[in-house]
Amino acid sequence: MGALDELTSPAGEQDAVCGVPARLVAAPRDTAEAAALVTAARGLAVVIRGGATKLDWGPPPRELDLIIDTRRLAGVVEHAAGDLITVVRAGTPMAELHGLPGQQLALDAPPSATAGGTVAANASGPRRLRYGTARDLLIGITVVRPDGTITKAGGKVVKNVAGYDLGKLYTGAFGTLGLITECVFRLHPVPAATSFVRAAAPPLHAAKILAGQFAASALEVNAAPGAEPELAVLLEGTPAGVRERAAAVAELLDGEVSAEAPEWWDVPPWPGDGVGIKLTGTLSQVPALVATAVGAGATVRGSAGAGVLYAGFPTDDTGRAVELLRAAAVRAGGHAVVLTAPAGVRETLDMWGPVHGLALMRRVKDQFDPGHRFAPGRFVGGI
Amino acid sequence: MTDIDALAARLRAEIGVRRVLTDRQELRTYECDGLAHYKVVPALVALPVTAEQVAAVVRACAETGTPFVARGSGTGLSGGALPHADGVLVVTSQLREIVEVRPEDERAIVQPGVINLQVTKAATPHGYYYAPDPSSQQICSIGGNVAENSGGAHCLKYGFTTNHVTGLEVVTPDGERVRLGGPAPDAPGYDLLGAFVGSEGTLGVATEVTVKLTRLPETVRTLLAGFPSTDQAGAATSAIIAAGVVPAAIEMMDVLAIEAAEAAVRCGYPAGAGAVLIVELDGPAAEVEAQFDEVSALCSEHGAFETRVAADDTERALIWRGRKSAFAAVGRISPDYIVQDGVIPRTALPTVLRRIGEVAAEHGVRVANVFHAGDGNLHPLVLFDDAVPGQASRAEAVSGAILDLCIEHGGSITGEHGVGVDKAKYMPRMFSDDDLDTMQLVRCAFDPAGIANPGKVFPTPRLCGERPGRHQGTHPMHAADVAEIF
Ligand SMILES: Cc1cc2nc3c(=O)[nH]c(=O)nc-3n(C[C@H](O)[C@H](O)[C@H](O)COP(=O)(O)OP(=O)(O)OC[C@H]3O[C@@H](n4cnc5c(N)ncnc54)[C@H](O)[C@@H]3O)c2cc1C
Repeated sequence: MGALDELTSPAGEQDAVCGVPARLVAAPRDTAEAAALVTAARGLAVVIRGGATKLDWGPPPRELDLIIDTRRLAGVVEHAAGDLITVVRAGTPMAELHGLPGQQLALDAPPSATAGGTVAANASGPRRLRYGTARDLLIGITVVRPDGTITKAGGKVVKNVAGYDLGKLYTGAFGTLGLITECVFRLHPVPAATSFVRAAAPPLHAAKILAGQFAASALEVNAAPGAEPELAVLLEGTPAGVRERAAAVAELLDGEVSAEAPEWWDVPPWPGDGVGIKLTGTLSQVPALVATAVGAGATVRGSAGAGVLYAGFPTDDTGRAVELLRAAAVRAGGHAVVLTAPAGVRETLDMWGPVHGLALMRRVKDQFDPGHRFAPGRFVGGI
Repeated sequence: MTDIDALAARLRAEIGVRRVLTDRQELRTYECDGLAHYKVVPALVALPVTAEQVAAVVRACAETGTPFVARGSGTGLSGGALPHADGVLVVTSQLREIVEVRPEDERAIVQPGVINLQVTKAATPHGYYYAPDPSSQQICSIGGNVAENSGGAHCLKYGFTTNHVTGLEVVTPDGERVRLGGPAPDAPGYDLLGAFVGSEGTLGVATEVTVKLTRLPETVRTLLAGFPSTDQAGAATSAIIAAGVVPAAIEMMDVLAIEAAEAAVRCGYPAGAGAVLIVELDGPAAEVEAQFDEVSALCSEHGAFETRVAADDTERALIWRGRKSAFAAVGRISPDYIVQDGVIPRTALPTVLRRIGEVAAEHGVRVANVFHAGDGNLHPLVLFDDAVPGQASRAEAVSGAILDLCIEHGGSITGEHGVGVDKAKYMPRMFSDDDLDTMQLVRCAFDPAGIANPGKVFPTPRLCGERPGRHQGTHPMHAADVAEIF
């Protein structure tokens, strides 16, 4: 236990995860120290924490001994501007990656979220319509496996098919397969001009934008009970091109061109102690999904262009609403996942819902983490 | 070893007499893929017509411990579909139905044997297309594209197969049919879909593929620029990217590749060019025009002595004809050649091209370069004459040295053709034993017996060992797999 003593300190109340207290906290400074820590922590139940912006997503851990905090594993290791890539440590705040000189990691996330946490939670926002999500932007990764082995996949070039694309497997795995210590991302140039178009319009009208020739970077809906639904479109490009496209979109939707995003843009539609649900479906089913959610009393917003919506309920009486939304999402070819819920409600909900391929996923987990120690019980099917 | 006669009898009963080949003459048709110097005659070829038949074949293999190899159109360039001498070749080309085209959802559902270009043809009347466009798109299958994570000239802007597949039905190596992903994005759970794409047939057989359809662009503009040297063309490429322009494609050919293309298809590229660039921009007209002027100016600034703009689709096709025919065209200037597929960071292009030239000269071998300059994916064509003693091995040495150069500059040993049987031995140059071992954890989860395309991708197979029991508190409903009924 010597190494463990050296690398950890006692946890406090603020280190609890969804009400489950931890015993120890550690904040390794580099990949080698992280590997030493994980090796020393064999037998302990571990939850990894980045900026803690999404630590409350998912069911509570079944057990918890050690919190590994990644925020000291921070900093940009390399920014190869000419190659449009960056190598960053996992604890680097997203704020730093949104403002690289002339370039950006085009992944919407709160400024205090970490790069590794954003990958692990597969978080995304409005601009996914143009740039894709973490799975599309991550081109290389370093992970400390639950047995302490340091391992890499991918590389530093965007185009690369050598070996399995394990970056995708770790993306959205919520820290159940190991500790991400470094990520390599593909970057995009900061567009010369951006413009928003806002319109009071039903979600159905999103189809007009998709069928048109506007190349929107984001196409968002916002709807709530008793309010008129809104659409907002982000256009990026050359100054002249953006002006022309924005005017055309505004005319089509009978909306207004604006330099600023609406205040609800990329803001989760649930209050801190509310219930937050991610809803996915095929594009043609987005209007129906929005209608069902609003009918059930939710505020709904998200990408009508990608088919990824977020629904928020202020109240905790949502068991039936979740069932309703889940049925609607399945009809729409997608899923309803409860991301967060207040204590008390959380325990009564099947947060992840039904998942295809669960048996295979269990086998993957068994291979990577045979002791089921990394974020036990927090993932699909109780993984 | 499997009793092939017994297996053949079982499969004939299950999928039909004419769908099982064991005649040596017939089997030889399948002895190689696009990398024809590797040849192995399979013990049996199965030609299933439905996903259920694929599952039946794989189940029979699993129960008898027989290795199997999936094959689509057989155009792969790394020997991925090279058969196993004691195994079954599962040919998917009979599963060739376009199940559904749903422009309103930007999706199409197709069977794995469908030819890449057919998807675009089915979507075009609706104003959409399937973006990944390997040069082999008139013949390669979507199943093969999925297995190789194939790219194409336009993946600079649009991404690779993996960015355009949202759902799969696969037959796992134990013969089960499983759905991964679906029509909607972000399916919860591990992204097994992402792991399967590019796994080169080692995790099972894809039996249905849900792909994204992309809106046809409003405008396409294509420019051909002649430069004195590859250095200048490379510098122009970097300048275009640095200016924040993301063209749909930037392709480069060097003097030897141009010579070959001229001889083959008379593409009429600028006379005296040491390199040509093809730059294509697409998107809304309002954007493309402004960017196009910028690209032309940057080319001139970096030494382009002639630029030509395609006035219409016919002229565009002519510009592309030279590029697309390049592989075959080198056959005109050399009896034999090796197609290499390495990747380097774009900024290293001038250095690496110069080094390739030097290495080639040292070995007395000629190398023609045709490549995706925008993303640093090189396709050096190493020319040789097998009839001249020693040339083949010198070409082989140059080809290997090129891969070392790619790794040295932080790149990859393959950008789109895959590892297959050909590059498995190079994997340890790019990845540590632990890295390769970790990849094979996934292999062990899918295929503990190691019967799916054995000997490909990994230089040394991992023994999967016992599967650890799941003793810890899983949700009872999930433990019973009730939750998988959806
Ligand atoms: C002239 C020429 C140009 C080319 N240009 C390009 C290019 O621009 N970009 C590019 O990326 N590639 C290119 N290729 C390579 C090749 O066309 C691609 O790799 C293609 O995706 C292979 O498809 P296929 O159907 O021929 O697959 P095959 O060669 O039959 O098989 C390839 C691999 O996929 C596996 N496989 C096949 N079907 C399935 C399935 N249903 N499920 C699971 N595994 C399966 C096989 O086991 C094998 O490992 C080119 C090849 C040629 C000959």
